[in-house]
Amino acid sequence: VRLCRCGCRALLSRPAGALRALRGLAAGPEMHFGFQTVTEAERREKIYQVFESVAKKYDVMNDSMTLGIHRVWKDILIHKMNPSPGTLLLDVAGGTGDIAFRFINYVRSVRERQLQRKLKHHQNLSWQEIFESYQKDKLNSLGDSQVVVCDINREMLKVGKQKAQHLGYSEGLSWVLGNAEELPFDDDKFDVYTIAFGIRNVTRIDLALQEAYRVLKPGGRFLCLEFSHVSNPLLSRLYDLYSFQVIPVLGEVIAGDWKSYQYLVESIRRFPPQEELKAMIEDAGFFKVDYENLNFGIVAIHSGFKL
Amino acid sequence: RGGEEEEEEEEEEGWHQLYPGHIPTSPLQKALLAAGSAVMALYDPYRHDMVAVLGETTGCLALPNLRDKMKNHPEGYRILQERPRIRLSTLDMARLQGLPDGSLGREYVRFLEDNKVSPDTRMPPKFVDDEELAYVIQRYREVHDLMHTLLGMPTNMLGEVAVKWFEAIQTGLPMCVLGAAFGPVRLSARKLQVLATELVPWAIRSGLNASCILNVYYEQRWEQPVESLREEIGIFPPP
Repeated sequence: VRLCRCGCRALLSRPAGALRALRGLAAGPEMHFGFQTVTEAERREKIYQVFESVAKKYDVMNDSMTLGIHRVWKDILIHKMNPSPGTLLLDVAGGTGDIAFRFINYVRSVRERQLQRKLKHHQNLSWQEIFESYQKDKLNSLGDSQVVVCDINREMLKVGKQKAQHLGYSEGLSWVLGNAEELPFDDDKFDVYTIAFGIRNVTRIDLALQEAYRVLKPGGRFLCLEFSHVSNPLLSRLYDLYSFQVIPVLGEVIAGDWKSYQYLVESIRRFPPQEELKAMIEDAGFFKVDYENLNFGIVAIHSGFKL
Repeated sequence: RGGEEEEEEEEEEGWHQLYPGHIPTSPLQKALLAAGSAVMALYDPYRHDMVAVLGETTGCLALPNLRDKMKNHPEGYRILQERPRIRLSTLDMARLQGLPDGSLGREYVRFLEDNKVSPDTRMPPKFVDDEELAYVIQRYREVHDLMHTLLGMPTNMLGEVAVKWFEAIQTGLPMCVLGAAFGPVRLSARKLQVLATELVPWAIRSGLNASCILNVYYEQRWEQPVESLREEIGIFPPP
């Protein structure tokens, strides 16, 4: 394992293209699972097991580890997306539905404001006409917006569906079991593609990005919310201390699962930093690729367009 | 540098594993685990894994002490060498059931059946950083049901607290002391009275009088009558 790490250090001095290729593809048949070295198949299996095991406590753990801040990050993602009614969203690795629910809330409130504005303009209509037009639009509270939640893990989808039922989300929401590296959707289908805290767990990131490009309509937008690299040295040390000392303990105490959260922390360190991910997204064919750091780079939102 | 060290430590985890299931932890992590597991164990008494973690992270003084007691006793020494495990796969349940009433084996099986427990539900140690001490705490956990049998205490809250008082005196494990002190918090007034006036004094007297309970090779004494074993160890008959 130490060999792997020194190897990565050496790789950093190689030309950027080769490094990108290495990160995107498996380095030979060997890959990383956190800081361990495993084969591609082993990695998929291990990651599946991690999420199977954490699914029920996923939301509680997110709140504990990030002290609730993950909610703000996800809100910012949706605001950046600024979806209008009629948008068709694909949320990949959407598991427990956080992005999907926020999308629905946002579109609903935009729609409501639309309707209110429409009503204001109808000053000279009779009560009857206003009532009828309101009825017609009310049935369409989402304005034909739809979100498809796609996840590779059955347990996570199960938790998501339960949450949806519990919170009262039913309209405009679909749940699909699928692999980000090989999406079960046709080309040019979606207006927006999001992947929040999921791309880190994908075994072949390059394939996932290619798939994202494929299923988006021309003009469609790719958005990725993911843990990234903190460049500030002092903050980086504090962040490392918190990640490695506190988070696995939280995992053990709250979820009875040290190892999954150890994996989580290690996988964040392994993931390509902002510029590298930007380059990988460009490689997949996206234009106007950009990123926005949140909390000094603890988290970053990458965005790109299919033209 | 601190962060880097951390990363290297975690990276070499695979190499520092002293026994299957071992998770090496830094002193800070142990402290956090101890605090977190204590809170969680109180908050949710069904989290037996938290009680186990508390025991492991706070046992750094008591466990070596116990191990030394075992080393200096002929029977305890043999146990440390042979490392017997009490598990359904190693126990011959049919044979134990066939033993006469009043014998250790028969009464132990009766205890398991009456309280619907199994010796296989004990958590293996994770955070003990010494392979021998990990066995000592494992032995303590597996012997716990035999304690119930010898003390004649059921597995309800009252019985468990009584056994914890006995174990606290016997082992000195902080987890037992905390369990003994905080366990009664969830008991009714009537039960508290029974506990305070009868059970605890008896448990303390027995604990002080008895020789080290980890120095008894129980697997070789299934035929011995419970009363005789009690006398030998020095446990007073239950009230």
